[in-house]
Amino acid sequence: MNRLAAQHILGISTLSPDEIRFILDTAESLKDILERPIKKVPPLRGKTVVHLFFEPSTRTRLSFELAAKRLSADTVSISSKASSVVKGETLIDTARNIEAMRPDVIVMRHPCSGTPHLLTKYVDSAVINAGDGINEHPSQALLDVFTVREHLGRIENLKIAILGDILHSRVAHSDILAFTKMGAEVVVSGPATMLPSRQSEVLGAKVFLNMEEALKDADVIIVLRIQKERQGKSFVPSAREYAMFFGLSPGKVKLAKSGALIMHPGPINRGIEMTPEVADGPYSVILDQVTNGVAIRMALLSLLLARA
Amino acid sequence: MNPEPVNAYLFRNARIIDPSRDTDFTGDLLIRDGIIAAAGQSLDVPQDARVLDLEGKWLVPGLLDMHVHLREPGEEYKETIESGTAAAVAGGFTAVACMPNTQPANDSAGITKFILEKARSSARARVYPIAAITVGQKGEQLTEFGDLLNAGAIAFSDDGLPVRNAAVMRHALEYARNFDALIISHSEELDLSRGGMMNEGLVSIILGLKGIPAAAEEIAVFRDIALAELTGGRIHIAHVSTKGSVEIIRQAKSRGVLVTAETAPHYFSLTEEAVLGYNTLAKMYPPLRTEEDRLAVIEGLADGTIDVIATDHAPHSVIEKECEFQMAANGIIGLETAIPLSLDLVRDGFISASQMIRCMSISPSRILDVPGGSLKYGNSADICIIDPEASFTLTRESLHSLSCNSPFLGKDLQGKAVLTLVDGRPVFDPMGLLLP
Repeated sequence: MNRLAAQHILGISTLSPDEIRFILDTAESLKDILERPIKKVPPLRGKTVVHLFFEPSTRTRLSFELAAKRLSADTVSISSKASSVVKGETLIDTARNIEAMRPDVIVMRHPCSGTPHLLTKYVDSAVINAGDGINEHPSQALLDVFTVREHLGRIENLKIAILGDILHSRVAHSDILAFTKMGAEVVVSGPATMLPSRQSEVLGAKVFLNMEEALKDADVIIVLRIQKERQGKSFVPSAREYAMFFGLSPGKVKLAKSGALIMHPGPINRGIEMTPEVADGPYSVILDQVTNGVAIRMALLSLLLARA
Repeated sequence: MNPEPVNAYLFRNARIIDPSRDTDFTGDLLIRDGIIAAAGQSLDVPQDARVLDLEGKWLVPGLLDMHVHLREPGEEYKETIESGTAAAVAGGFTAVACMPNTQPANDSAGITKFILEKARSSARARVYPIAAITVGQKGEQLTEFGDLLNAGAIAFSDDGLPVRNAAVMRHALEYARNFDALIISHSEELDLSRGGMMNEGLVSIILGLKGIPAAAEEIAVFRDIALAELTGGRIHIAHVSTKGSVEIIRQAKSRGVLVTAETAPHYFSLTEEAVLGYNTLAKMYPPLRTEEDRLAVIEGLADGTIDVIATDHAPHSVIEKECEFQMAANGIIGLETAIPLSLDLVRDGFISASQMIRCMSISPSRILDVPGGSLKYGNSADICIIDPEASFTLTRESLHSLSCNSPFLGKDLQGKAVLTLVDGRPVFDPMGLLLP
């Protein structure tokens, strides 16, 4: 494969295993730029990347912006409230206006699922989904797969355990799809209020109410961020209770394979979804994920623009 | 000298389906001075009658849609009484009952009279206003049922919203008994459905859209049936969409509860998969459900658990549908697709032609206690002639509604009204069958 078939990166659901592999390989070759003293190469000179964020984000936006700058693209960032309807302009009009200024790529984050998909109907630019509602966060899943492959050398036949709010997490959604497509066995566990009702399987991942079973012999443990707005509501009684029964402690890590990777999409609620010992432990690759995020996003930008 | 106006029409060789009298035969029907004058085989041709050979097309009582949103007053950019009834007659309906969630809501005799006045001056079909159960549809204070009925309202519903407070619903059902009035339930447990955008299930997970569980409907259906049972009031369950609701209604009927029910063609034609691709034209409340639910709804129609096919015609402008899925308005138009979609059930052998027409004519008119729905001698000649074979592609241009929010746009459909008469006057005659 020497070019992506996909015109946009809307989700893992629309990428083939070969495309995913191609993105990972490209990211691998771009990653060493990040370690050079002069961290800039020219391939995207004269290209414009617009970051259109309708939801607060620091690290994802920073990661995308750095990725674009490392490749010499011009970048612009727009933060907006999703309710721009209040101002009288629809999302479609906003999109058309931005398109009229001829950007090459639009990176979009939006609180409503499916909005980047809607955007593609109105713009010619390539669209990258940087997180849409509770649907997908494909670049996060790609960097997760990349990080696992980097450390363990493969994805096939690994057991990946994802813990936390599976139902409302776009990271979980994309991770399940990405790891399954690459041949891993994915299991999920968490409070039943955060799992699909009465399903033994979700998108190809096995659902376990019992966390110990989910963790047994896992090669990788991905811990999700527990959203503040779901604590102390009827989803979970309290952060304290969550930490006791669903948080990842060193004792629970022992159920997994020795040397199992610990991952987290960030930002971590220390002491809630994982203890500091686990987050900072020897097998935590959480900061590698952040570094790899830039490489993956560089790969996405360069591959989408190479199509043109 | 002008020719004498034609006062009599003789329709020959029609398949005359009149479920109100359990008849389904091929023969002739004569109307004179706007009244059904005779029906039978090989009727004599009166000298002054225009004769039309229908060549086996269906001649049925004018259809009644007991669940439409005409949007007037207040949202005339979506639909008006004029455009909505134009869509109705094009879909074979000679009468519609319009829901009260207008701006302002139809919660007082003044609004009801306004609707009827507009209907008198601009409507092509008969318009029966349904008034709100509570003032402003806020679910708190009952509207003036007696005054509204005197003004011309024919039933009560807070459709679009449920009556959240069970005690208020209880009082509505009780108070309605003084007037023998019907209460129509929009069954939705709001705490459970809040934020939901489609059916909760596999497809909602695939799309990352918050789901609405079937239980959100079923809990409310059960509650309102329990309240009807408690009070002896008459309850009609609007837009039934789940297998569980069908079962709850079936059991209630077998206990003798005064409950009737309707479903809409989209619930027996489509499933949640229509939402794939974030298709806002498949967004509605209740949401499209699973194949299992779809089949249960059909079974409910076949065994009589569900009495009525109503469209829940809900016009919305392009602005409200071409947007983020979460922000898109709920609802689709239905008046101009009800016949072909219902005919699919007949073609597939799930229900008979007579059952289909019953669900769209005599059954709703009995539930609402309004005239029509029958080809009985002496009735007003509200008639629909259907060509069940005629195929057409649904396009924006083919629609009479002001809005075009239909998931069937671009689809090939089979069967349509070719002639609609109200009081013996042609109100929809696209082929000019009755042109002088």
